[in-house]
Amino acid sequence: MEVIKVEGLGKRFFIGGVQTKFRTARDAISDAFIAPFKRAAALLRGHATGAAELNETMWAFRGISFSVNQGEVVGLVGKNGAGKTTMLKVLSRITEPTEGSIEIRGRVGSLLEVGTGFHPELTGRENVYLNGAILGMRKTEIEARFDEIIEFAEIGKFIDTPVKHYSSGMYVRLAFAVAAHLEPEILIVDEVLSVGDAAFQRKCLGKMGDVANSGRTVLFVSHNMAAVTQLCTRALLLEDGSVAMDGKPYEVVAAYLARGVENQAEWVNPNPDSDAEVEVLAIRIRDDQDVLQPVVNFKDPFQVELEYEVRAAMRGVSMAFQILDSQGVVIWTSEDTDTPHVRDRMIMDPGTYVSTCHIPAGVLRPGRYFVNTGAHIPSVRIITGHQQVLAFDVSSVGFDMPAGRQGVLAPKLDWDFRSVRSPEPVPEPQL
Amino acid sequence: MAVAESYMEAGLDPANRVLRIEPSKGWSHLQLGEVWAFRELLYFLTWRDIKVRYKQSVLGAAWAIIQPVISMVVFTLIFSVLAGLESDGQDYRIWNITALVPWTFFANGLTNASNSLVGSQNLIKKIYFPRLVIPSASVLAGLVDFCLAFLIVLAMMPFFDVAYSFRLLTLPVFLGVAFMIALGMGLWLSALNVQFRDVRFTVPFLVQLWMYSTPIVYEFSSLTKLEARYGFSPETIEALGLVWALNPMVGVVEGFRWAVGVGPEGAAFPWQLLLVSGMSAALIFVGGMFYFRRMEKTFADVV
Repeated sequence: MEVIKVEGLGKRFFIGGVQTKFRTARDAISDAFIAPFKRAAALLRGHATGAAELNETMWAFRGISFSVNQGEVVGLVGKNGAGKTTMLKVLSRITEPTEGSIEIRGRVGSLLEVGTGFHPELTGRENVYLNGAILGMRKTEIEARFDEIIEFAEIGKFIDTPVKHYSSGMYVRLAFAVAAHLEPEILIVDEVLSVGDAAFQRKCLGKMGDVANSGRTVLFVSHNMAAVTQLCTRALLLEDGSVAMDGKPYEVVAAYLARGVENQAEWVNPNPDSDAEVEVLAIRIRDDQDVLQPVVNFKDPFQVELEYEVRAAMRGVSMAFQILDSQGVVIWTSEDTDTPHVRDRMIMDPGTYVSTCHIPAGVLRPGRYFVNTGAHIPSVRIITGHQQVLAFDVSSVGFDMPAGRQGVLAPKLDWDFRSVRSPEPVPEPQL
Repeated sequence: MAVAESYMEAGLDPANRVLRIEPSKGWSHLQLGEVWAFRELLYFLTWRDIKVRYKQSVLGAAWAIIQPVISMVVFTLIFSVLAGLESDGQDYRIWNITALVPWTFFANGLTNASNSLVGSQNLIKKIYFPRLVIPSASVLAGLVDFCLAFLIVLAMMPFFDVAYSFRLLTLPVFLGVAFMIALGMGLWLSALNVQFRDVRFTVPFLVQLWMYSTPIVYEFSSLTKLEARYGFSPETIEALGLVWALNPMVGVVEGFRWAVGVGPEGAAFPWQLLLVSGMSAALIFVGGMFYFRRMEKTFADVV
């Protein structure tokens, strides 16, 4: 049964226009007197102009049509600014579409943020009730699930403490716990799984999986491609404000990742963040001869080189990169401080540095890989991060395993062979 | 937001209710049924406002009493002791505080409601619900303060030889009018505040001017002075009184004084004032509702 039907949907935004120059002083003065009246008149007619002249417009998306059947778990993927969040806002009625229509059958719960409406002065218990009401739960529903929520949040005795005294982890856990117990027929979720520590994230993903399996319809925006392929039964790719692809999650995710970046040997940061104390300037793939290579052979070792600038003397910084496969699954994360003599460097003075990681031959099976990179101070904070900035291919040169062999990695591992029990030797006939 | 809800083939089962979302044009329905559906949210937001208001303040809810009492002391000193203004033949103190208590409810309700939408931007941008509940909760939360402050009036009455009478039972009517004005103005101002932050600077000024155009520190019957001074006829003065009642707080304040029993000696129930003020309040309220509904769809984009 069709539960969501979107037809020709479009949303236009007003963005601040450039101030036009006043031609003469008289115009300026008369404008100053007339403009408030013009604005007041426009306002009474219902046109929101705001205090600034808002005359430039921009379509967040336009001409979007799709429908969702009951029980489908649909992932929306696309770059930042592709209109995903705005689409969810229109679907959850927070903002009105400019054109087109949506038909929704059933109760909708939307979760664009966890902890919406949490008040720092109220206790955990009070916030559960307040937040539940804001999310559209009835008081009786909240009461019935209260113990479950507290247990899920692992809050324990702090439930009657004002949330302003909570650690950020406790706060987020409680907030997600309320949201996770929302049980509408249709659930709209935006990027809320990226909260809390790794263990809690796994728990959240598990909960989302339960929701998905319980036959409810879910619309889900995430930058976590692995979550999209795991949880969704279908995915939509939004690009430049329209649906560029609609199909099976792994196909859409692969297309999205491939579309984002061509394979290349080098990525140079186009707009380094000048506020970050440490910023990645470039990342390069080199073969074992130190030559830049967008394609490396399976049989050869290669190197990942990070060039970065340290702006202020820093202690304890780790430079890291991740290798992702075509489904967006992180194959590994490696940090330069994994190596003891790098870890022992104490303070890094301002300057430009290069850290190089040597990757042995025959680990990554042939295919397309993506690279994330960033800097952090382990278990303190993330300084900078860049997602899927580089793509490279591993060629099948030297790959001699059968094509049907399964596995994300294809390492050639060492095997031993020996016999543990040989059959009883046949006794020699005694004469 | 134009929402046509039709109960399709499956009858009234909400799971099968079809919600249609479309761009809306012009003035739209008030959708009060929807506000009713969200009454629990209204309850929780009101409860939150009450709970949070006096957190981390030493005097706590005593503030609800201190405000009108201090104002009464100051006004008595200035307007009664120094300026020698009349007070309908009653003691100035009880006469003044009887008007100040509903006035404080109105002024605080109006101010809180005007800032409520901007103060709840994080909610507006992240979740859907009828936005009407936000300013409504702000004004409703003020009722608790009103009740506390009114206890002071009740406690003061015996000291000024004002008898408790059945007239007190008419108070909810006047309080209802005050509520309508506070919420009605709150709706206009909060919706405007989303677009124009100028509202924030206008409100304190507006409240001050409004207070002096309401007979709180001086008598409603000061109008009769126009007869001696400018030769106005009694009929003109009566008509002017009704025009004055278009400021709906006039009806509220005079009504409170009548109900408590500190109005002019032997005065009848001020039904004429109540009628004019009530209609004016209803106009502000209904106009505010429609204007609010009209602007509601832009809140999330503009705030």
